[in-house]
Amino acid sequence: MQHYSLLSLARNALTGHKNWQKAWRSPPLKEKYEVIIIGAGGHGLATAYYLAKEFGITDVAVLERGWLGGGNVARNTVTVRSNYLRDQSVPFYVKSVSLYEGLTKNLNFNMMHSKRTMVDVVHNYPKMRDLRRRQLTMDIYNSTYEQISVDRVRELIPALTGGGPGSRLPIIGGMVHKDAGVNRHDAVAWGYARAADALGVEMHQKTAVTSLLRAKNGDISGVETVKGTVKAKKVVVAVSGHTTTITETAGLRLPLRTMNLTAFVSEPIKPIVDVIVNCSDLGFYFSQSDKGELVIGGAPDSAQSFRRDIKQHVFEDTVGAMLELFPSFKKLKLLRQWGGHLDITPDASPIMDETSVPGLYVTAGWWGGYKAIPAGGLTMAHQVATNSPHPLMETFSHNRFKNLDYILETGTTTAR
Amino acid sequence: MLLINCPFCKNRNETEFVYGGPVGVKRPDPSLVSDEEWVDFLTMVPNPMGPVYERWWHARGCNKWFIICRDTVTHEILESPSDEP
Repeated sequence: MQHYSLLSLARNALTGHKNWQKAWRSPPLKEKYEVIIIGAGGHGLATAYYLAKEFGITDVAVLERGWLGGGNVARNTVTVRSNYLRDQSVPFYVKSVSLYEGLTKNLNFNMMHSKRTMVDVVHNYPKMRDLRRRQLTMDIYNSTYEQISVDRVRELIPALTGGGPGSRLPIIGGMVHKDAGVNRHDAVAWGYARAADALGVEMHQKTAVTSLLRAKNGDISGVETVKGTVKAKKVVVAVSGHTTTITETAGLRLPLRTMNLTAFVSEPIKPIVDVIVNCSDLGFYFSQSDKGELVIGGAPDSAQSFRRDIKQHVFEDTVGAMLELFPSFKKLKLLRQWGGHLDITPDASPIMDETSVPGLYVTAGWWGGYKAIPAGGLTMAHQVATNSPHPLMETFSHNRFKNLDYILETGTTTAR
Repeated sequence: MLLINCPFCKNRNETEFVYGGPVGVKRPDPSLVSDEEWVDFLTMVPNPMGPVYERWWHARGCNKWFIICRDTVTHEILESPSDEP
């Protein structure tokens, strides 16, 4: 792997940037691999990387229907945080945040990780009590959460001029999560892909998997793709919203439903907000990107959806709520809008496990899976390589639903 | 935005309705089925790329509950509303 540095940039500038090595190869598809990973998104690529890096399994193919990093890893709002509720979740996300912070160095790819604090704006006392309970759990696992006054909220977010004592929903306080940050989603996908490729992993773009194949004894035996059959004893499904579409071809049903989550971006403006603002009571959150755009996230559509678009009324609700608190944003032009698929479990926690089909692994049910990419990849690789769950993710099992052992987790930015 | 054909009010805007979830299998008698079947009923929902039966509630209208068949990809409502799928 070519090392990226200031020196290599200078050297390549002298030769007119014509000698850069390709970030990853595009080898022909083989007939057989040790492990196949379906989906070259964040979780798929991270799993491939850690399989090669931590467990020495390099005969891995990552099969992608579209292009690398073009799925949900490009459709989120790049918020990385660990303010979760349950004992099972918090350490997992704490690990993920710490891995993210070291990723630039470890992958030799600039993630532009900006640890910039998240501020929850709170409008009602039950919510505040709930967040303070969350704080007590987070304290145990070395995550940071702290209650602040309304004045401090307004100090941290000067643009927040609405929500005063005379408004319908006055702000009563806030919570500060200092570990939160944003980074660059393309760099996460490309960085993992490049590092995995250097270790021998193959990435195959435009190679849609049409169905899973099972041997006579019921074990997984490979996948059928648009480029022919590929055999493997272990197949990992990391396809986000399409998980059930894929697993149902092997006769496996999973407790997932696919939803569409809204996001949009404003025109670039001068620096106005340097923290991530989360107004979960009103159902929106945003941060300002390095380019100056406000990256705004809203609520999911109410019903199941496989569309990657945005519903006008969801959009209007989100914007209307935002203008209540930030009236100065009224003049902003919005540039782009999009949706992304999520597959949601009954308890809003992920499923990372070998399924009842031997050799078939799923990493699914990610609501806000972007922040979980490093820890998700690491623990999934552990599961695939050793056939035993990593301690950080053992409770995210497929079987927990059989005992109705829910890890109820509404710690998402837009969950009210 | 969906235009939902309420059986009583006819075509109304989606914002007047509350989504009631996909229609799964009929609720079994928990004392008659096995634990597995019961858990299956509690956790599994159909998640097709294509037509799905789902409940909607005209909460900001006539208060009627009904079932429509909607395509999850195109969002087209394929069948007129009914009480049963």
